[in-house]
Amino acid sequence: MTQLALVIDLNVCVGCHACVTVCKEWNTSGTAGYLSDMNPFSKDPTGTFFNRVQTFEVGQFPNTETVHFPKSCLHCEDPPCVPVCPTGASYKRESDGIVLVDSEKCIGCNYCSWACPYGARELDAEQKIMKKCTLCVDRIYDESLPEAERKPACVLACPTNARLFGDIDDPNSEVALAIREQGGYQLMPEWGTQPANHYLPRRKTRITIHEDELVRADNPLKKERQKPMPDPGDPTLDETTSW
Amino acid sequence: MHPAFSVILLTTLIGAGQGLFLALFTGQLYSVFKLLPEQDSVHFYALGSLLALVLLVAGLLSSFFHLGRPERAWRSAARWRTSWLSREVIALPAFMLLVAVWGLIHYLGWNPVLVTFGNSIEIDLSLVVGIVATLLCFTLFLFTGMIYACIKMLQEWATPLTVINYTLLGSSSGFVLATVFAAWQGSGMTLFFAGWSIILTGIALVTRSASLLRNARLKHKSSLQTAIGIRHARIEQKAQGAMGGSFNTREYFHGASERKFKSVKWVFLLLVFPVPLVLIGMGIGAQAIGWLMAAFLLQYLGLLMERWFFFAQANHPQNLYYQTV
Repeated sequence: MTQLALVIDLNVCVGCHACVTVCKEWNTSGTAGYLSDMNPFSKDPTGTFFNRVQTFEVGQFPNTETVHFPKSCLHCEDPPCVPVCPTGASYKRESDGIVLVDSEKCIGCNYCSWACPYGARELDAEQKIMKKCTLCVDRIYDESLPEAERKPACVLACPTNARLFGDIDDPNSEVALAIREQGGYQLMPEWGTQPANHYLPRRKTRITIHEDELVRADNPLKKERQKPMPDPGDPTLDETTSW
Repeated sequence: MHPAFSVILLTTLIGAGQGLFLALFTGQLYSVFKLLPEQDSVHFYALGSLLALVLLVAGLLSSFFHLGRPERAWRSAARWRTSWLSREVIALPAFMLLVAVWGLIHYLGWNPVLVTFGNSIEIDLSLVVGIVATLLCFTLFLFTGMIYACIKMLQEWATPLTVINYTLLGSSSGFVLATVFAAWQGSGMTLFFAGWSIILTGIALVTRSASLLRNARLKHKSSLQTAIGIRHARIEQKAQGAMGGSFNTREYFHGASERKFKSVKWVFLLLVFPVPLVLIGMGIGAQAIGWLMAAFLLQYLGLLMERWFFFAQANHPQNLYYQTV
């Protein structure tokens, strides 16, 4: 089995929105038609996006942390949006697990988006069909591109390498390793959708230092209190002895 | 959820149409067993089924306004194996067809007796068609309700009460309309329909209240913590990635003030349940069709508000990602 997916590292995402911009740029000329914008240069601009970066504040001041959170279709392994579609426009590919919308079959009834707990699908306000992340299906198999560029546009654009792309079913892939070794997790596991996209948590590097690692105990017997401890002001063995 | 007026109209209109058919056919069934006087097949059954058909067609037409691409609507019958919406798309026209056939049999009088029990009970063709249509009618209520009840993420809807309420509220509305229709026809079935209207409205009050109580105590499974996967008691959204809103903010928030939201609930509880009961009582007592008509229209207005509230009350987990601009 193959299940292509993104792994997004919240530890390195800086919230620059480069993935949002490049996603819009690439996919607005995609096979499913342009991604329309309403009032792009006036008040209340709004439009269709496959990918959005949101920002959350975790904790209470002064102990706060700002978490930038890129959000797109998670290409669930058990996608709730697929069985509800009355026309079969919403489907999951057997070959690589990508969830897609057939723009020729979609009737714009919004029902699939109701079934998606993540709000990953957006109805295009002009074309009146459902739009969603395609994992750049029109890039990743394009043999006219150099092999290094056969990746979703957002992955290539990310300046901090917060976005990894690959087959999570292949245990040796970069994404499977990241999930396994760096605590990759899924969003809203309570719905049983088994999202293929995973997120890597914020990680802090801390070491525990015990006091005796800072204060030198010359004689282990003294450390174990079998002999009286020397006064900290006394010269140490190194200072009195020349080896 | 943002209540879509097209879907509100669809579900209330076909509910009333289905209920009206159920009422008419119940009347026919009773008269076959000589429990109620026989009715004129052209003026009562044919005209009544035409009225039901008009409601069903109006509902179907309004559903098209919910589609972004109505010209592709024919495709929506394809996935009946998995999609309740697809099943409804098949069941609704099938039911309409049977109601039309049932009405036509009455209108043309082409109603051969198929079986006779004893000396008096005659099973004719319209009765057989009517039984099939009745089964399809309940199937359609099931399909309509399941469209909403099957989405487990919308916890306010994911309960058998959704299907029960669709069935009972539609039946109540249809039986009230049948009372108006029978009174207008000067039919002997007026009291029978009025009695069933009162019973159905009473049961619907119990089940709708049950779902309101259930939803008031509902504990949502998703939280901001599971939404972004960070375990901290205090998480606050600072940006949702867009300034002027998006499909996600337009489709999933009803946008009404808390006051309006709450008052809609009390007004619909008043208009759907006690008001028609009182008006039917007055209409039957005074032999005045005006009161009965008012009962149907005010209850229908109440049902529109009930449906608005049904949608507005459903809190989609995706809203967790759209708390603030």
